This record gives sequence, C-alpha cells and structure tokens, in this order.
Amino acid sequence: MTRLTDLEYLKLNKFQALMYKLKLFFFAIPAWFAKLGKGILNFFKNCGLAIKNEIVDIITTFTKGNWAVKLSFLIFGFGNIYYGQILRGLFFFLFEVIFIGYMIVPSGGLHWIGKCNFFKTGETIGTVQGSMKYDPILDTQYWVAGDDSVKVLLYGLLSVVFIIAFIYTWRLQVKQCRICMNITASGKKVRSGKDDMKSLLDDQFHKTLLSLPIAGILLFTVLPIIYMVLIAFTSYDAKHDGYSNLFSWVGLEHFNELFNFGVGGLGLAFGEILSWTLMWSFFATFTNYFLGMFVAIMINKKGIKLKKFWRTVLVMTIAIPQFVSLLYVARLFDATGILGKLLLELNLIPQSMIDANNLSLWSDPTSARILLVIINVWIGIPYMMLMATGILMNIPDDLYESAKIDGASVWQQYMKITLPYMLFVTGPYLLTSFVNNLNNFNVIYLLTNGNPINTQIGTAGGVSVGSTDLLITWLYKMTLNSGDSLYYMASIVGILVFLVVAILSLIVYNVIPSTKNEEDFK
Amino acid sequence: MNKTDNQIKKTGLGAKASKRLGNTVIYIILSVITVIWLFPFFGILLESFRVERPDQVNYLIPKDFGFDNYIKLYKETDFFKWFINTGIMGICTAIFQTLFILMMSYALSRLRFKGRKFLMNFMLVLGMFPGFLTMILIYKVFYELGLTMEMAPVGLIIVYCASSAMGYYVSKGFFDTIPKSLDEAARVDGATRFQVFYKVIMPLSKPIIIYTILMGFMAPWGDFMLASYLIHENSAGMNVAVGMYKWVSKTNLNTHYTMFCAAGVLVAIPVTIVFLCLQKYYVEGVTGGAVKG
Repeated sequence: MTRLTDLEYLKLNKFQALMYKLKLFFFAIPAWFAKLGKGILNFFKNCGLAIKNEIVDIITTFTKGNWAVKLSFLIFGFGNIYYGQILRGLFFFLFEVIFIGYMIVPSGGLHWIGKCNFFKTGETIGTVQGSMKYDPILDTQYWVAGDDSVKVLLYGLLSVVFIIAFIYTWRLQVKQCRICMNITASGKKVRSGKDDMKSLLDDQFHKTLLSLPIAGILLFTVLPIIYMVLIAFTSYDAKHDGYSNLFSWVGLEHFNELFNFGVGGLGLAFGEILSWTLMWSFFATFTNYFLGMFVAIMINKKGIKLKKFWRTVLVMTIAIPQFVSLLYVARLFDATGILGKLLLELNLIPQSMIDANNLSLWSDPTSARILLVIINVWIGIPYMMLMATGILMNIPDDLYESAKIDGASVWQQYMKITLPYMLFVTGPYLLTSFVNNLNNFNVIYLLTNGNPINTQIGTAGGVSVGSTDLLITWLYKMTLNSGDSLYYMASIVGILVFLVVAILSLIVYNVIPSTKNEEDFK
Repeated sequence: MNKTDNQIKKTGLGAKASKRLGNTVIYIILSVITVIWLFPFFGILLESFRVERPDQVNYLIPKDFGFDNYIKLYKETDFFKWFINTGIMGICTAIFQTLFILMMSYALSRLRFKGRKFLMNFMLVLGMFPGFLTMILIYKVFYELGLTMEMAPVGLIIVYCASSAMGYYVSKGFFDTIPKSLDEAARVDGATRFQVFYKVIMPLSKPIIIYTILMGFMAPWGDFMLASYLIHENSAGMNVAVGMYKWVSKTNLNTHYTMFCAAGVLVAIPVTIVFLCLQKYYVEGVTGGAVKG
C-alpha cells in the first residue's frame, strides 16, 4: 500500500485518518511477524550466547579459582564462609542440604517426577490406581487409595521448579565465590553478613519490598497458571478426577475439538460466544464512556447549581455492593417485577414473551442483550462521570474562550477540544476497561446467568451455552455448574481467552494515540 | 463587572434566554437521572419493610410497614454469620492488600533495579490470563489444607491478598507524581532508602493509602465468582454475595424476595458509611488512576 506524506495525511478527516491508521496496522502485520520471527531467532541466538558465556565463565572460575572456590562447586556456600560471609554461606549450604534431602527421600522429588510421566502421551499421571477391595471378614467393600493425579502433577511440577531454583542458586554462589576471591586478592574486605542485612534497607531495599508480593504472585498466580496450561494436555474431568480414576496425558487431542464447527462442537460455541463477548465489551465500554462523559459535562457546565448534590447521588451507587443492586434490578424486569409488569401493561412488550419462568424480557436473546447493556450503563456511568469530571477540570479555560471568540458552536467545541483531550488522556483507561468488560463476570452472571439458552448450539464443553454467556461465565459453568466438569476444556478455553486479550491489546496499543506520543497534545 | 459589560449582557438577552433554556433542559435531564439512579435504592429499602407478602408485587409502597423481614433474617437464616464472615474478610483484605500493593508500587515507581521493566511486562501479560482458572488448582490445594467450606473465609482472604500486588497501577501512578527531588534531598542528608520510604513518602501518600484500603475493604462484599468456588454451598462459610444469591433463584424467589431486600439494605449500610466518609479519597484515586492509566 502507498504511504501518505505528512501533508496528505493532515488533509484526511478524522474517520479517514483512523481508517488509514488501521490499514497501516494491518498491512504492517506481515512485517511485524517477520520482525517477531527475527526477534525469536535473535532471542535464541542470544540465549545460546549467554549459555556459552556462562559455561566459559564457570570453567574459568573452576580453573582459576583456589581450592575454596573449587570446593564450593560441590559444597554450597563453602567459598562464602571461607571468605567471611558466614550468614550467606550458611543459607546456601542449608538450601543444598534441604534440596538433596528432599530429592532423594523415598517419597521426595525424584519419586514425584518419575510418577508424572512428563512428555509421555497416553501414560497416566500417577501410577497406582485406587480400587475397591472386598473385606471378607467384615463383608464390606472398602476403598484402597492409590495415587491422586492432581497431587502427583502438583508435586511433580513443584519438584521441577525446585530443580531449576537449585541450578540457579548453584550458579549464583559459584559466581559470588569468585567475586569474593577477586575482592580479597585486591586487598579489600568482602561484605559481611551485617552489611548484607543493612543493605536490605538501603541499596537492596527493592528486594525487601518485592519479596513478599512476588512470592504471593508466583505461588497463587504463576504456578496455578502453569498448572492450568498443563491440564489442557490431559484428560482431567469429573470422570477422571485423579483420585477415583487417574487422568493421563493426551497431547493435543482435545485441541482438535476446537475445529468442530458442527452442532455442539466446541469451535462453533467458541465462535458464537466470542463474537458476543466482543460485541458486549465494545458496547459496554463505549456507552459507558460517552454517556458518562456527557453526564460529567452537564454537571460541570457553568451555571448549573447543586453540582455536589448531583455527583453525590451518582457516587452513592458505587457504595452499594454491586451484587445487591444487580440482583435486584434483574428481578425488576421479570414479568412479575415492577418494571416488567409496567412494560407489559403499557403493551410495550408482547404478552408472548412471558415464558414459564416469568422472565419476559430476559427470555429473548436480543432483548436480553440490549437490557444487559442498558443496565451496565446504569452501573458504569458513576465511575466514568467521576473520572471525566477530574479530567474536564484540567482542560484550560482559555481554549474554550478562544474557540468561542472564533464563533465555534458548543458541538464544535466538544468535537475539537473536549473529545480529543479526553481520548488522549483516557486512552489506556479505555483499553483496560475494554479488557475488564471482556471478563465482566458479575454483570452477566448475576443478571442473566448466561440465559436464555442458545438453541443453535445446545451443549458444548459439557454445559448448555446461553446467548448472553461471556467466555468467562462459560468457563465458570464448565468447571463448577456442570456434572462433567471438563477441566481440560476450561484450560483450553482459558488459553484462548488469553490469546484473544493479548492480540486485542496489541492492536489497540498500536492504534490509540496516547500510548506512544505522550507529548502530542500539549 | 463594569458598565460596558452590563450593556453587552443586556443587548444579548436572546442569548441569555437560550442559555437559561439550555440550563433548564440540563436540570430536567439531571433530575431524571437522579430518579433512575436512586430508584433501586428506595425500591430495596421500601420492599425490605413490606410485611404483607414476601414475593414480588407490582406496587412500590408497602401496605404494611414492619421489621418482620429483618427479624426473620436474624431468626431463620445464617445471614448474620455471612455478614460477620464478610466483614472479617473485608478488614483483613484491606490490611494485607494495602501492604502488598504499596510495597510493589513503591518499588516499581521510586526504585530502579535490574529486571524492573521485565517485572512490569511480566505482570501485564500475566493479567491477561483469566485469573479465575487458577481456582482449579487453588481449590484442590485448599481442600487438602482444610481451607474450603466453613473455613472458606480464611482461604478467600489468602486468595484476595496473595496476588493483589498485580493491581499496583493506580498507586504507582500516584507515586510517580511525587517529585523525585524529595527523595534526593533526603538521600543527600544521609537517609537510607527505607527511611525515605517510611519518613518522606508515606506521610505524603495518605490519599492513595486510604483509597487502597477502601478498595480492599469493598472487594469481598461483592465477590461472587471466587467465593462460590471455595465455599461450595456450605452455609457456615458463605460471604453475603453467595449466601444471598440463592434467595433470588427461581425456587426461592417467591418466599425470600423481601428478605433479600432487607439483607441488601443491611449489607449496604457498612459499605456506604465507610464509603461516604472516605469519598474524597476515592474520587482522587479514580481520577488519578485514569490519567495515569
């Protein structure tokens, strides 16, 4: 495609400019992929180089080091203790003892890794299947517990993580030994344990601050996510729950389901739900955005009195826990609820919409979807209003005054001053709120529970798919509400959700103005 | 205002009239909005006092006022148990979450160290996974540890707090706005980085600390997704959201509707009080967060 010159670009109107930018983006995709490929190649090349350097470094450390350094290749922290860093040395040594102890005890690390059968498609995770045995004396059946695949996989994974940590620590202490040796050789003193402790509040303060939060994230987010990704390659579901039936590695088998576009196929269901999810997120974000801004502009207008009152009324709604207001509002629109009944009596909705559950508006896919967006506006406007108020106050008044002198109408002022400024400042917010809406569990689940059921799809992933189900509510039902509990399906869909969010974020990041040229507007 | 100004104003009476008309339209719109926004709250409040029947009706103002629904909540349900559960969760989450977020955001905003950029990108990508899926494993582990069912509140506090540092964005945005020269001045005077954090920056950060506490306190009151996963229908361990959810299901709606409203009023009280007291800080947090992204 032809690139426009700056002059030509400036001649385009807003819409054309946006289209031009989008077009640029999509045309850039091949080049982008090429760049990515190159980047990955480079990455591996760099990794290779880094590993080579490390190995060379380790070898030189070994050949040039004195006996203390050499010994610390085997005994962790020996060099540190030798050079006076007793505290550090003891920590390293303790780590080694714990690691070796954990790995070789009968039901320790190696045992679990062996049971996991990593990379062996078709093998079970865990080796001993529990079973019912008959007890002839008591004349009863009793359960002989075997392995629990869930636990086996978890311990296996933890052991692998432990091994990686071990290798890292080994490298770290070898390096430190050498540094200590060099420092001593040059006649200076190495840092003592006391200095180490002190520096944790000064030079190394970030370690003190970050250790706890990062430990939390690693343990409660990273580890479970790695585990979840592994689950996608297994047959973990309610029937193979790991305890009564071991589950096994199945490789990419379940991913094939994604290409099943027939009725009940995962591909069809995913496509349908994804398109509604995107649609929902788009409408939810932009209705809130523009209506919230509109309300803020009205309240902020000069000459409007009781500004504080209007604002407080809206802010009050944030204070009431969402689930209370959502559940209440949902029932208002039932055929038996006040508003639902009113609409029926005014003949604004046909009597035929009342189904067995008295749901009226909620029973039709289209009206349910529209209602969802409307109620979401009710919830979202206060937040947006607050935000917009803060930003609007920051727009310099002289901009408007000079516009007025030039004879700009209110609408022109809005289009040329307010909107560009808002869009510029809130670009990142728009992106995050779009992503949040993709995963807006509360609004959908509490209002409609994903219903009405989508008759074209029927059941997919072990649950009946609703017309208002988002990917996240679908996932929720898959793991919790269905009898089959297809955990592996949930994992696969979870990975796909990640891909969708990542790709969308990437596109938006490349198209919206404020992320790159921060100085543009000023 | 001098004389000529007044004259100009007088001659432009048409403009003034149209302005007044514009304002009237705005007042009307704002009034309508106010009614729409406040309707559910007065609705819930009124229905919670309705005595004559416990299901949905097509009128708003009860025929018989009374506290029967509240008394029923106390006598017939576990509501107050749920209420206390949620309150404890709210307080604990507020404390630990605030600590974690402050530690993370301060380090990322004010300190420079190796791997800082990587850490931020890593958390950004991590946030794109549907966090809910981590519950598959966490549930299993907590089940083994006995932190589900009636002990679910403890488990939930851990879940809410452990990864909370990933929500550091708003608070980092706040720290970014505090001038760096303050740190430097203190460092020149011989303060350690810890002292800068504790004695210089923390006293200046009251608004963002209160904002974070507020968010932490409010989170457990509205959480349904994670809570329902750990609680597994065990009444003793429920939070208010999970507990009250079943009252509006198809089977219970006709007998529990007014009770639901009464419970809703009670739930709204502590959160609203805390919220209204600290509203100023909340507004600052939201607006600051938007600008910083």
